[in-house]
Amino acid sequence: MTERRARHLSFILLFVMLALAALTPLHAVEPDERLADPAQETRARALSNGLRCLVCQNQSIDDSNAPLARDLRILLRERIAAGDDDATITRDLVSRYGDFILLQPPFNPRTLVLWSAPFVLLAAGGWVLFRRSRRMPQLEKPQPLTEQERENLRRLLATDQIDPPAGSPRQGS
Amino acid sequence: MTVEWGHFALILALVLSLCQVALPLWGVAGRDHALMQTARGTAIGAFLFTLLAFAALTYAYVQSDFSVINVAMNSHSTKPLAYKISGVWSNHEGSMLLWVLILTLFGALVAMARQAIPLPLLAAVLMVQGAVSSAFFAFILMTSNPFLRALEVPAEGRGLNPILQDPGLAIHPPLLYIGYVGFSIAFSFAIGALIHGRIDAVWARFVRPWTLLAWSFLTLGIAMGSYWAYYELGWGGFWFWDPVENASLMPWLAGTALLHSTVVMEKRDALKVWTILLSILTFSLSLIGTFLVRSGVLTSVHTFASDPSRGKFILGILVFFIGGGLTLFAWRAHALRQGGLFAPISREAGLVLNNLMLATMAATVLIGTLYPLVLEGISGDKISVGAPFFEATMLPLFLPLALLQPLGTALSWKRADLWAAMQRLSWAFGFSVLVLCIVLYVTRGGSVLAPVGAGIGLWLVLGSLADVWLRVWRAKAGWAVNLSRLVGLPRSAWGTALAHAGLGISLIGIAATGWGTEVISTVGKGAEVPAGPYRLVLEQVITRNGPDYRETVGRFQVYSDQQKLGVIEPGKRIFIGQTMPKTEAGLMTIGLGQIYASLGDFQADGTVSLRLYWKPLVVLIWGGALVMAFGGFLSLLDRRSRIAAPRKARQLQGDAA
Repeated sequence: MTERRARHLSFILLFVMLALAALTPLHAVEPDERLADPAQETRARALSNGLRCLVCQNQSIDDSNAPLARDLRILLRERIAAGDDDATITRDLVSRYGDFILLQPPFNPRTLVLWSAPFVLLAAGGWVLFRRSRRMPQLEKPQPLTEQERENLRRLLATDQIDPPAGSPRQGS
Repeated sequence: MTVEWGHFALILALVLSLCQVALPLWGVAGRDHALMQTARGTAIGAFLFTLLAFAALTYAYVQSDFSVINVAMNSHSTKPLAYKISGVWSNHEGSMLLWVLILTLFGALVAMARQAIPLPLLAAVLMVQGAVSSAFFAFILMTSNPFLRALEVPAEGRGLNPILQDPGLAIHPPLLYIGYVGFSIAFSFAIGALIHGRIDAVWARFVRPWTLLAWSFLTLGIAMGSYWAYYELGWGGFWFWDPVENASLMPWLAGTALLHSTVVMEKRDALKVWTILLSILTFSLSLIGTFLVRSGVLTSVHTFASDPSRGKFILGILVFFIGGGLTLFAWRAHALRQGGLFAPISREAGLVLNNLMLATMAATVLIGTLYPLVLEGISGDKISVGAPFFEATMLPLFLPLALLQPLGTALSWKRADLWAAMQRLSWAFGFSVLVLCIVLYVTRGGSVLAPVGAGIGLWLVLGSLADVWLRVWRAKAGWAVNLSRLVGLPRSAWGTALAHAGLGISLIGIAATGWGTEVISTVGKGAEVPAGPYRLVLEQVITRNGPDYRETVGRFQVYSDQQKLGVIEPGKRIFIGQTMPKTEAGLMTIGLGQIYASLGDFQADGTVSLRLYWKPLVVLIWGGALVMAFGGFLSLLDRRSRIAAPRKARQLQGDAA
């Protein structure tokens, strides 16, 4: 499962090498990018965790060391510092790069099947089970013991007070 | 010449696999037992020849025979021996060869197992195994042949991708493939049962050990891959919901459901049709996983279309076996007699609920992974389905399942008393809630999900302990009797308890990631950085040579107050034959937590950017998975699921028949 990721990472490394002649620090969020205000920085981290690094396979811009991811991290920090709210920043990014940039796909007609599938499947499965259980012949209600049976049971229990030790046929699941 | 022998052995293995399909098929059709018997010999032969082929390729790697293209592309003469060997399966061609090696190994094991499988069923099972391996042998020989020679022999190999040169990744693919491929046995048994139109509780007893074996290895494989990604990729995450990871999670979820449904079938002779379907689906998800990883479709739908030979071949295999299996199911399932009555409150009803949730989770991962590909294929729209989607959909499915699990185990078969079960677990539940409240209070203001996750994890662990306790403890009995009951508890009961407790342990570890700390800063010599309750001091920067690499590391001393705990050395490595540096994280395990340090590039002024984490309880994530797998193996050792049943028992069965 990891070779693809590894190959992909080497692709990123190659990309970095080709794109920039100068040495770029190979790291996700760099110290010099960070905002001075902790609250704003927290917002920036939360935002960048939900944005896809467009040249990567499945990484957020927060995790990625690709130059484009760095550019986007810096861009959104500039917007935050300038006082824009999260929704505006996200909207602008989507209008420029499309829904592809959102790691959490938006809920719209194109993703209706995706978002509803888990709950529809669960409900459908539950409904089938419910129908089945109603059609299924019920187990008979146990009849209460007769007086004679009670007496037998008492006698048996009196002779064997302790459960048979484990290792007897009693089996687990 | 060895390589040519290997190539020839592979072709012979294909021929034997085709015989493994044709001869028993003929035998089943003509009710000829001698012909059915050939299934055993051909299955074992196919395995031996695949082993020869694999040995030949390994030999070429060990000898650094660069006249073989595959070796030249993926190895280097300076590699340590262990990585020359693991180089065999670090690439597409070699890993497919490993895949069929394990597939034929499972076929041979079934052929040799002392399970008293009726001959017609055994012949059908091995026939299906033979069909699957024939398809993959053909795939290897026609599109991914590792034995091809180069016309011009290079003096040196290109080297193994440095990120793959790691002990974790050396053993990850074999573990994972044993898991993936092991589910083929359940698939073959399901097809065999459909062909025969007969299925009963004994069928479940045959299938369960193989499923357990596959599931345990898959659990280990996933955990190993996750830990590898954690320490090797350099940003400290343990699960990324990457399609390649999802490819292994889907069969795991379906296989977990299958394990539970075979229990119901074995005990209550119910859920037969569903178990057959689940057997087909679990291996189908393994095949889909192989397709996703091996076809190139993940990188982009367009690369898949531009270099289609491999992808289309696997897609063909996929359509044939999944489509064929499901068609056969639709055609024959009604022939299987449905059995078993259900009360709404019973162990079996709980297991049905478990299956519903697990199947929905597997379907969710499948849909989430394929949706972007399908959408792009249909409309050209590109969307991303990343971690936030999976977290939003999987948590609401997983958490209720985890909450209900201990209760399900406390219910008895047939007809259970829910109130009594809840009473029996009241201590475990009460204690978990108490701990949850305390943790919520202590960490107030922080994430709520972390304490809730940890609370549910604790409930799973305590629920499993309570399960063992309730099975063993009899107040009236003395200590000695109770102790002997504890020792004599069936291994499968221990296995169940451990597997469920392991899940809880992992959950606690995952939840605890919410309590980690992170520091990102630029450090120079002598700089002091906090990591949770500890602090690190950069003592010096060292550049040195390893066996086949050159590295620069920052030597950090770890302190707890004034006490020195040890040294970690995160750094950058450049391997021979490679140009780009690879990040090596520095790790120190303290108790159940870890300090995790990862460096950026060293600057001219001697400073370096540092990402430093304190990850409390993080070890539990993989420790829990180990406990789960251990539970699986322990259950496998139970008399009930022993693959090699004692001869005596077998003879008795034979006498009875």
